[in-house]
Amino acid sequence: MRQVFGRPKSLTDAPTHYCPGCSHGIIHRLIAEVIDELDVRENTVGIAPVGCGVLAYDYFDCDFVEASHGRAPAVATGIKRTVPDSVVFCYQGDGDLASIGAAEIIHAATRGEKITVVFVNNATYGMTGGQMAPTTLLGQKTTTSPRGRDAGSAGYPIRVAELLSSLSGVAYISRVSVTSPANVIKAKRALKEAFKVQINKKGFSLVEFLSTCPINWGMSPLEAMKWVDEKMSVYYPLGDYTQVPEVSR
Amino acid sequence: MQEEIIFAGFGGQGVMLLGRLVTYAGMMEGANVSWMPSYGPEMRGGTANCQVVVSSKKVSSPLVTEPTSLVALNKPSLDKFAPWVRRGGLIVYNSSLIESLPVWDNVRVLAVPANDIANELGDLRIANMVALGAYLAATKVVAGDTVLDALKKVLPERHHGLIPLNRQALACGEAIGAQ
Amino acid sequence: MSEKVLMKGNEAIAEGAILAGCRHFFGYPITPQNEIPEYMSRRMPEVGGVFLQAESEVAGGNMVYGAACAGARVMTTSSSPGISLMQEAISYMAGAELPCVLVNIVRGGPGLGGIQGAQSDYFQATKGGGHGDYRLIVLAPSSVQELMDLTIEAFDLADIYRNPVMILGDAILGQMMEPVVLRERSKINLPPKTWATIGAKGRPKNIISSLRLDPGELEKHNLALQEKYKRITDEQVRYTTYMASDAETLLVAYGTSARVAQAAIDMARERGLKAGLFRPVSLWPFPYDDLKTIALGSRRVLTVEMSHGQMIEDVRLAILGGRPIHFYCRTGGMTPTPREVLNEIERIVEEGI
Repeated sequence: MRQVFGRPKSLTDAPTHYCPGCSHGIIHRLIAEVIDELDVRENTVGIAPVGCGVLAYDYFDCDFVEASHGRAPAVATGIKRTVPDSVVFCYQGDGDLASIGAAEIIHAATRGEKITVVFVNNATYGMTGGQMAPTTLLGQKTTTSPRGRDAGSAGYPIRVAELLSSLSGVAYISRVSVTSPANVIKAKRALKEAFKVQINKKGFSLVEFLSTCPINWGMSPLEAMKWVDEKMSVYYPLGDYTQVPEVSR
Repeated sequence: MQEEIIFAGFGGQGVMLLGRLVTYAGMMEGANVSWMPSYGPEMRGGTANCQVVVSSKKVSSPLVTEPTSLVALNKPSLDKFAPWVRRGGLIVYNSSLIESLPVWDNVRVLAVPANDIANELGDLRIANMVALGAYLAATKVVAGDTVLDALKKVLPERHHGLIPLNRQALACGEAIGAQ
Repeated sequence: MSEKVLMKGNEAIAEGAILAGCRHFFGYPITPQNEIPEYMSRRMPEVGGVFLQAESEVAGGNMVYGAACAGARVMTTSSSPGISLMQEAISYMAGAELPCVLVNIVRGGPGLGGIQGAQSDYFQATKGGGHGDYRLIVLAPSSVQELMDLTIEAFDLADIYRNPVMILGDAILGQMMEPVVLRERSKINLPPKTWATIGAKGRPKNIISSLRLDPGELEKHNLALQEKYKRITDEQVRYTTYMASDAETLLVAYGTSARVAQAAIDMARERGLKAGLFRPVSLWPFPYDDLKTIALGSRRVLTVEMSHGQMIEDVRLAILGGRPIHFYCRTGGMTPTPREVLNEIERIVEEGI
């Protein structure tokens, strides 16, 4: 019998702890498919964040390191500078990357670290129970912005892809979502490009995933997908933000 | 023998170098040595200084709080460190920049017009070496020749053309110190 | 390699690391240890190593974590406020059992404090510093030669015990110059780093993590750490003595304080006072038993620190009331002078306590 579908080699068969309707699972699978297709599982090292992705090392079948909150790009730098031929990717959420780890991501990007960052933006702190994130939209209610995010006191949501794409060390940045089969296909293409950019030593690469958090958003999975399309994608436009690296690498 | 020296002056007068030269020369002559610099913002404003120990036994404290000798290239350094000098110790001071002196008991004082001599030699920057020459002649802690050997090690090769001038300056100072 | 060279303490640390095979350095500038990153930025490219100036001590510490995960001989250096920022990475590395060498060229605190030498990070270095039940091996050199030698050895200790090792210096040691003999490191058999995360080629994947959500698992891990710490305590206690065998007044001091104490002891001996020195070289593990034995051979103990009563707590734990323990310190970047220490010796001898 011909097998037409299966688990990617780079994923373990451990059941994930992710909530129903959350898109971490899809994103994990895409990463694993890309690692398989590029045949780099045996020299890949992943860095898990603090946040919902904290246990990612249980789900991927490759070497993994658990980093402290926000420091994944610094840890990745240490690994990549020690084993330059390895493939190193960080898996980071919005609080991890854009709040506590803002300095680390900016400097890893500007140094042109040859690492790939998978940035999962779900506009909230999922693991700790739905507090306001640096990417929480204006007016969005969270447990620490109960009246909706107010620019006057909490400032504006950070557009990470745009922010980082101004840096010369960046070789590839794209923003994607996984709300439809078409978007999933595009997302995988972007992810593969990001890994290839690293493997070809072009510089820093990042893919920002607009992701759902139905539990903390108080929505059904379908409503959450719709909210990504109708609200998040408006403030965070999908597409490539690639900068041509200024220096030859 | 244990000689504990403070070299002090304005930043840029070359007191750190004097300390390093004596330390280096002491090491080359087989003595136990240590060199401790001042550092940080005080270097930019007031006085720079370094503390040197040259000893026949192992150096215990590298910090010099009761110096056997002081080489002071400017007034603030003299004012600050002269009271620290041990009874029977030596103060070498730059009399080109320091006019009036208080009187200290039981301390030998050696006036060296270091800037004037350096100017006569054609390079003000060499004033520190004039003072060093006087100090060496008065104490014989290390030989002047060893200091010149040390200078060759400390100075980058591209500056070795300056060594004859340094030798001259050292000799002028030695003539004063030997008196 | 037996010729003496004159080196600054900070440079001796850097060259010692190179001699030990350290090829990865991450750091952030802070006075009074800037000579180390400056030296490394020159030297590392010459030996095919990596020098990287991090964006902060927080990041630098985590770069060390990453390089250690990948099996590198890795070091970072800083001074007190910077070491505070590294505590996150230090706790994680202790938890994940990663070998690395950390250097603290201590300056006066608390807060931004000053830039002159101090010993006020003793608690931070020996009693934790970061969160959790962990220990660093803490070595306290007191000469430029020892800065180099202990740095070289620190890399082996880190690898043998899979534990961060800290060199606790101070601004005086870092800034001063003394003659140094460069030595080849002794070759010892080190355990292979089969646990490193460098790609899972031909083996099951490796995971490096300090996360253990199951309290039973975490307790088990903590007990294993404690067993390791016990082993280190049995095997790595280090100290030296100076004129201690017939000392009636036993001074206890480490690092720069020990140098000053030694000068004071010479002055005391000239005056017919039998003083001696016990100098802990390993601050953790602290030489409790040896100090006790030697202290009980004296009449009184005088602890000298450049901190306001930190190491004295360990001295008390060692002697447990067996002898009177006196204390003298200067802090904030001030250094005790030999004469001040001598006065203190004379005072306690005169008072007959």
